[in-house]
Amino acid sequence: MNGKAGTAIRLADCAKTFPNGTRALERTSLEMRGGETVVFLGPSGCGKTTLLRVIAGLESPDPGGRVYFDDEDVTNLPIERRNVGMVFQSYALFPNMNVADNIAYGLKVHGVAPDKRARRVDEMLEMMQIGELRERRITELSGGQRQRVALARAIAVQPRVLLLDEPLTALDALLRERLRIEIDVLLHSLGITAAYVTHDQGEAMAIGDRVAVINKGAIVQTGTPREIYYKPASSFVADFIGTMNRVDGTLRDGSLELPGGRIFWGQEGSGAMQVLFRPNDARIVPEAGAPLRGVVEQVFFLGDRTRLHVTGVADRAVVVETTEHGEFQVGQAIGLRIEPGALLRLRD
Amino acid sequence: MRGRENRNLLLMVAPAIIVGAAFFLLPLARLAVVGATGKLGLAAYTAVVTNPQYFEALASTIVLSVTVTVATLVIAGITGVFLERNHFFGREALISMLTLPLAFPGVVVGFMVIMLAGRTGLIGELTTYFGAGRLVFAYSIAGLFTGYIYFSIPRVILTIMAAAEKLDPALEEAAKSLGANPWRVIVDVILPALKPALIASGAVCFATSMGAFGTAFTLATDIKVLPIVIYTEFTLLANIALAAALSMVLGVITWATLAACRVAAGSTAAAAG
Ligand SMILES: Nc1ncnc2c1ncn2[C@@H]1O[C@H](COP(=O)(O)OP(=O)(O)OP(=O)(O)O)[C@@H](O)[C@H]1O
Ligand SMILES: [Mg+2]
Repeated sequence: MNGKAGTAIRLADCAKTFPNGTRALERTSLEMRGGETVVFLGPSGCGKTTLLRVIAGLESPDPGGRVYFDDEDVTNLPIERRNVGMVFQSYALFPNMNVADNIAYGLKVHGVAPDKRARRVDEMLEMMQIGELRERRITELSGGQRQRVALARAIAVQPRVLLLDEPLTALDALLRERLRIEIDVLLHSLGITAAYVTHDQGEAMAIGDRVAVINKGAIVQTGTPREIYYKPASSFVADFIGTMNRVDGTLRDGSLELPGGRIFWGQEGSGAMQVLFRPNDARIVPEAGAPLRGVVEQVFFLGDRTRLHVTGVADRAVVVETTEHGEFQVGQAIGLRIEPGALLRLRD
Repeated sequence: MRGRENRNLLLMVAPAIIVGAAFFLLPLARLAVVGATGKLGLAAYTAVVTNPQYFEALASTIVLSVTVTVATLVIAGITGVFLERNHFFGREALISMLTLPLAFPGVVVGFMVIMLAGRTGLIGELTTYFGAGRLVFAYSIAGLFTGYIYFSIPRVILTIMAAAEKLDPALEEAAKSLGANPWRVIVDVILPALKPALIASGAVCFATSMGAFGTAFTLATDIKVLPIVIYTEFTLLANIALAAALSMVLGVITWATLAACRVAAGSTAAAAG
């Protein structure tokens, strides 16, 4: 929209210890490329909001930490001079102003002339498809409408960076899905650098150009959604994102031996080990001649796919997902095939 | 069904209405009648405007009350928000000290002003010691002002603290992220949110100042406030009708101000949602 590539963000050795001694953020270094959307994903209390607030300038990092916007060191720049757009989970719209005044607020503070301000507000209302809400009071809006106004207010001033803290968490599932898509389209059409905090892995996968998984105040893995999903660096990441099967097997002569059969894996070494695979990486094949055999224990029809719990394959039931239309019966014997590349071994 | 509920409700509030009528409305009506039946007749009511002495008392009472209210809102507003936001050693003790004047009758407050700024007061001793002459202001309007502020602050500060506690920090952060400096955050976010509390506690503060008697009586100041004039007319001059008329005027002005504030607060409360 404004043509130029977004602002790159760099954190160098940023830690955060609160006055009460809580270490919310371990020493973190991080780079976000201009125009990129990075999703910060992690369980409650892991420090996502703290990290976002350090970028925003609402918290200053512990001594030694630096924050850069492009090449500018903004560590000591207060938030009101960083030109960041913020979207809060609670919307934080000004209750004493109507929709248009909320959106115009940042422009007014920046001294934009009234006619130019009005044009920009029109533009934002149209972009967010909320033209008819222009004169409404904030209390007369639904949650989804409020979130659109909050986005419009943050974007109206053309911030260098957009920071979103669980913007969709307060909405119902259907609306969340729709707004998630809209936000994704919006962020990429604006070409703005965005940091998006969520604890919902589905949201993270859908919106992030890259996902940074956080645990106990530290970024434990950064990568594209695909990398995070298929190549988790630790069992924490593997378990936090989607369902992961975790089975005990024995490696012998390049093959993995499981109670339900053996798979050729082509790995060096031998001995007992734990192996992981995603439910959709196990394909259901006819039982005869299948590398792995098991029995269907439970069937969950999920609409677009079917989830099976299969026993007999490994030391514990494994979860298998298929998009095939066939019906499965409890007690039915099935065969499974897992491509060697889909098997994961974790270092920890 | 609905009618029966209404009737039950009426039965339930009936005692309140009776008590209210007996102890409030009847004396009030009697007062209004007494005011109009003195030797001046209805003119007793206009005397407040036509008699320069009464008019001056009314004017200075209003000016004093408005000034005290504004000053109290500023002082208690800032202090209240500060106390709500900052937790330091001795905070609890400070709060209970600030609310102490609630326990004192106006006479005691007046007495304290004399001890502070009277002829042998602390301030006078200090200024004499530093060679600046004896500063005495207990018996002037400054003394009244000091006393009124003293008993007004606790009423306002507690209301402000309760309102400040409910301020949403995210609103202030949102304003800042949009480029608002601390001053704009106060004007655009904090004050609008505190407005209902400021209006409500300001109204109470104004009404209390309008009707305050003990402090002014103790200080026996050179300026006469309306409650003192009423007392004088009633007790010393036995001018009962005029005292009643002045009381009614004082009551109506205060009541009208409170009502106007309630309307203003109601509309901002609706606006703030
Ligand atoms: N102002 C503060 N003072 C002290 N401790 C704090 C403060 N803010 C956050 N913390 C603590 O720091 C840790 C990280 O908090 P943070 O809000 O960043 O978590 P989060 O990942 O955003 O969690 P959630 O998903 O629940 O919002 C928590 O243990 C929290 O209790
Ligand atoms: Mg959070």
